[in-house]
Amino acid sequence: MTCFETIQAYGLRSIGIGERLLPRSDFTLCQQFTLIGSGMIWNIYFGVLALIFGFVLATAVAMGKASPVALIRKPSEWFIFVLRGSPLFIQFFLAYETFVLLPKSGIDINLGFTHLTAQTSWLTKAWAGALVVLFLNTAAYSGEIFYGALRSVPKGDLEAADAYGLTGWTKFRRVTWPTMLRLAWPAYTNEAIFLFHATTLVYFSGFPAWKQQGDALYYASYFADKTFNPFVAYPIVAGYFVLLTLVVITIFGQVNRRLNRHLAPAARSRIRYRPQLIR
Amino acid sequence: MFESCADPSLLDGLPWLACYLTTGKHMAFYGSFLTVLALLAITAPFAMLFGFGGAMAARSDIAPLRWLGKTYTAMVRGVPDIVFFLFVPIAMDQGLEWLRHKVKCPDWDAPIRQGSDFVVCTAAKLPLSNAPQWAHEVYGFALAMIAFAIVFGAFAANVLSGAMTAVPVGQIETAAAYGMSKRQTFWRILVPQMWVYALPGLSNLWQILVKATPLLFLLGVEDIVYWARELGGAKTSTFSYPHPDWRLYYFLGLLVFYLSLTQVSDTVFQHLMRRLSHGQATLAGEAQRKATA
Repeated sequence: MTCFETIQAYGLRSIGIGERLLPRSDFTLCQQFTLIGSGMIWNIYFGVLALIFGFVLATAVAMGKASPVALIRKPSEWFIFVLRGSPLFIQFFLAYETFVLLPKSGIDINLGFTHLTAQTSWLTKAWAGALVVLFLNTAAYSGEIFYGALRSVPKGDLEAADAYGLTGWTKFRRVTWPTMLRLAWPAYTNEAIFLFHATTLVYFSGFPAWKQQGDALYYASYFADKTFNPFVAYPIVAGYFVLLTLVVITIFGQVNRRLNRHLAPAARSRIRYRPQLIR
Repeated sequence: MFESCADPSLLDGLPWLACYLTTGKHMAFYGSFLTVLALLAITAPFAMLFGFGGAMAARSDIAPLRWLGKTYTAMVRGVPDIVFFLFVPIAMDQGLEWLRHKVKCPDWDAPIRQGSDFVVCTAAKLPLSNAPQWAHEVYGFALAMIAFAIVFGAFAANVLSGAMTAVPVGQIETAAAYGMSKRQTFWRILVPQMWVYALPGLSNLWQILVKATPLLFLLGVEDIVYWARELGGAKTSTFSYPHPDWRLYYFLGLLVFYLSLTQVSDTVFQHLMRRLSHGQATLAGEAQRKATA
């Protein structure tokens, strides 16, 4: 099998396209690169979707935590406390066991005029269940970051907005929110990096890899187990993640530049790595 | 455990639960909480040591040492920690066995890697194949600990080197003006002052370390996750304490355990920060001075 044929056979193996059986013996470097790279599809899928959905919820949670109304503030505080205070690994297990206990036939929802059956079985699959966990988890971590940034929005900016007659939604959209994002962005970049790192936990924490379709680390540990040689597969997955991290930093750096485009270059906050956000 | 527990099938309600929660396996489960705490207690100082060494190396005047330090501090940036947790124990194991193999069996001529096997002579096996079960467990736990210390040492090196650069330059310059050597400046001026800058990062790191402890399960240690899965799984009537799938409740228990652990640590660190800020040239230290004056 040439390397090109290997890529054809295994390049999309992680999403079920291509050869059905994984290689079992005489592993080549090409096979390892291809399969582990194919697994990265899942890491990117989980990371990107959780970030997008999480961003929206995080903004809501940050606003909730800053709210003067206790009925809104308390749930937001508890949400952040529980998800930031416990290990992601335990959250995966807990979510999986919960999803498994949901009735297999689905939940009947009686709307009075019609019956709806909410299917629940898909939640026990990694693609949905793990995504839900990662989404909630990143929402809590980013929510705390956004909340911190929200509290450090300069008073002068808000007073200026008042002076211009901006109120309510317009004030939030034009002044509060952009400033909050600008302040939170360096920390949020770290959160994004570590979220991508956290996606490697999915297939090691309860959620089974269906038909051996797993993420990069799943395949790496498959090879390491089969060849009993950790010095090839794990450096490959490490290399892929270094690349992914560089891509994330580049994209977030671009956004950071756009967020700060009105500032003099010297005043722009550069993104600095701070290891405070793995879970 | 108790005499009334001799025949659990006759019990129900609270007595049943009391007997159920005191079975031998549950005792092992409670013991595994101590495993977690032991891991924390042993790993934290080692990680600090590695971190301090890494931060010192990253500031070194000797170029290769500096590169080594910088690489060490940078390695956790791009690569998920779980990769290290999977990689380090098996790599350490094979590395040690290979070294022992070279020393103990010098006239062995077969290759060590034969296809998908890693073959060393019997005398080089770690632990020896005739070693008792506890030796295997201790060895596994020790490897896991080294993996934790290496990864968290890298994080700590990051925090500490940041803290070292955060100490005001004026302090270093003053030390130089007093004629202190580089070594003296480092130990008498830089190190005592850096802790207040390092503490926020270190407290974060501690919380991360606490939240990383369930990963012990991945390394094959019989930790709390292992027991929660083992005990929580549905038990048929062939068991003395049959019950349906209770894993959810066991994991809820673990959740509460970790929440209280992180919460308690948080309180302790806040207290420590107040103590450390005392008399420091920082905002918090200044506030304390004004409050008492």
